[in-house]
Amino acid sequence: MKQIWKIASIVCFSLPVFAADKPDAAPQIPDVQTIVSKANIVAYYQGDDGKAKVKMVITDKQGQKRERQFNILRKDVSDGGDQKYFVYFELPADVRKMAYMVHKYTDPQKDDDRWLYLPALSLVKRIAAGDKRTSFVGSDFLYEDVSGRSLEEDMHELIQTTDQFFVVKNVPKRPDTVEFSYFNVSIDRKTYVPMKMEFFDKENKLYRAIESTKVEKIQDFYTVVKSVVTNLKTGGKTEMEFSNVQYNMNLGDIFTERYLQRPPKEAMR
Amino acid sequence: MRRSLTIKICLVIWFTAGTVVSVAVGASDDKTDGSSVSKLPVETHGFYEIRGGYRLQNDKYEKDMSIMENRLQLDLASYLNWADLKFKGDFIGDLVEEQGDFDLREANIFTRPTDYMDVKVGRQILTWGTGDLVFINDLFPKDWESFFIGRDTEYLKAPSDAAKVSLFGDWANLDVAFTPQFDPDRFIDGQRISYWSSNLSRTAGQDAIVHTDKPNDWFGDSEIAVRLYRNISNYELALYGYRGYWKSPGGQNTAMNQAIFPDLNVYGASARGTIAKGIGNMEVGYYESADDQSGKDPLINNSEMRYLAGYTQEIARDFTMGVQYYIEYMLDYGPYKRNLPAGPARDRDRHLTTLRLTRLLMNQNLQCSLFTYYSPSDKDVYMRPNVNYKVSDNLAMEIGGNIFFGDYPNTFFGQFHDNTNVYLAMRYSF
Repeated sequence: MKQIWKIASIVCFSLPVFAADKPDAAPQIPDVQTIVSKANIVAYYQGDDGKAKVKMVITDKQGQKRERQFNILRKDVSDGGDQKYFVYFELPADVRKMAYMVHKYTDPQKDDDRWLYLPALSLVKRIAAGDKRTSFVGSDFLYEDVSGRSLEEDMHELIQTTDQFFVVKNVPKRPDTVEFSYFNVSIDRKTYVPMKMEFFDKENKLYRAIESTKVEKIQDFYTVVKSVVTNLKTGGKTEMEFSNVQYNMNLGDIFTERYLQRPPKEAMR
Repeated sequence: MRRSLTIKICLVIWFTAGTVVSVAVGASDDKTDGSSVSKLPVETHGFYEIRGGYRLQNDKYEKDMSIMENRLQLDLASYLNWADLKFKGDFIGDLVEEQGDFDLREANIFTRPTDYMDVKVGRQILTWGTGDLVFINDLFPKDWESFFIGRDTEYLKAPSDAAKVSLFGDWANLDVAFTPQFDPDRFIDGQRISYWSSNLSRTAGQDAIVHTDKPNDWFGDSEIAVRLYRNISNYELALYGYRGYWKSPGGQNTAMNQAIFPDLNVYGASARGTIAKGIGNMEVGYYESADDQSGKDPLINNSEMRYLAGYTQEIARDFTMGVQYYIEYMLDYGPYKRNLPAGPARDRDRHLTTLRLTRLLMNQNLQCSLFTYYSPSDKDVYMRPNVNYKVSDNLAMEIGGNIFFGDYPNTFFGQFHDNTNVYLAMRYSF
């Protein structure tokens, strides 16, 4: 029970994980900053707010499976800027009703504020900021994969343009803070949905990949409803599936202790 | 006896509500999609657990077995348009006390009648304050026996039979928890944990069970606890008030054959927020021992100031450390000393430090933690090591201990030195 809270302190779930705006029909190739900014916006800031039910299946090297299921609520304070989240756990059974609240800040000087609600103790706990390259709820996804890695952290280079994708290479400005030497992102040219991310280790060997395996258009927003991360080093993989996705619900100022303890009904059902 | 009466009342409330609800749901059938609401939807969850532990040394006054029980917790919830119903109870087969038992943990109705109000009525777990296993303004009942014999930490919180009303405003929020009949701690009475008896001037246990004279009248012997709180830039500030009784015995009757729960009023404040890379918290409380305002009565607890400061930070990936410093300061020490009948006087203040270390390993399926209380003034220590491994999503194995030692036989933790124990547990959650 206690592990999940720590684990999940990682959360800063971006609701429309990889959602996209209107297809861009412009024939000429935009510069790399425009591409990554646009992909970031469509991936993590679609609509003003949103919700989804998320199911994760974590498979380890031995083939043992573990499941996570939770509902998330997201509201943007400003587009491309700060965000607020709830994560309400449903599975596994020992963390049911546990909930997370995150106030995420894009200012690199400011750590996110995080709270955890433990229902059995009726306790609202404040969680210390954690390493963003930590596993999210024990899965192969990292906190940063789901909350979005700040564009300021990397130098971006457009290394390939195919019929379908812009391929952007991202090299960390502070290599000592991460376990990879660089990662490549393949961004759909029409929808700006990041379809594949490949991480290379310090020996420049591919060791980790995230793929968007199913994209749907929901309320005009392209939304990744299925994705999978594979870790070639550990032999583990995690599949993530979104359902019950809804945008622009006009969520009020609900990201408080009150609704951490008990979700707003209209938002969750 | 009183417990079973309360349980009955709660059950009646719950089932009555259930019936009302079934009717209400039935009535609203055609407005919503008829198929799913025609029956009262009840979510059923819980766990089954086996837990066993032994003392590591002989205790003259207690059994070697510190805990040996199996437990089935049923957690039933029903969500309706106008309210949430909750029922959570534990069926326990206890080999130490050689009896079966039922512990009703929660039986309540929650409703959100307006945008600015929440109400929860019935048996419930109540918690507030900023301390980590140290409590100043949280005057809701604790179960110290469960804590010391190695039950899950959730059992440190004993349930309250209360009504809690929460009001939410632009400027601040207010919680009021009213308990019509005093809910004391499940305190150490010698039944399962040996303790220092000041009357006998020695360690005692089953040979000297603490008998109490408890304030017991419905509405006459009530408790009220309030919290006024707000956030300023995510710094959480709160003011607290409490009117009731010392939660564990805080004195004796004049015949000195019964422990009593004297009147207690508490006024306090707390703050919590980000400091550097971690979370800092501060809390303070004035304990006004209302039956002994002057501090002269040797049979009743003195008034106190209590202070707490804490800090938690992630010191490495999946590795968290928390430290706290806590002080209890007697306010009328002079009168206390002058009126002390015989025996050694206690120190004016008690200092306590805590250290929490929590490490997650193996894809966060293995949690190793150690929580340590150390009092430099009492010169005693209480350590709570625990290792919990999640074999699968449903099954968890646990091993842990409760380790007490100290220089003196009569200090807060030192008195429990013969209760040092280790335990093993297996829990299947559903």
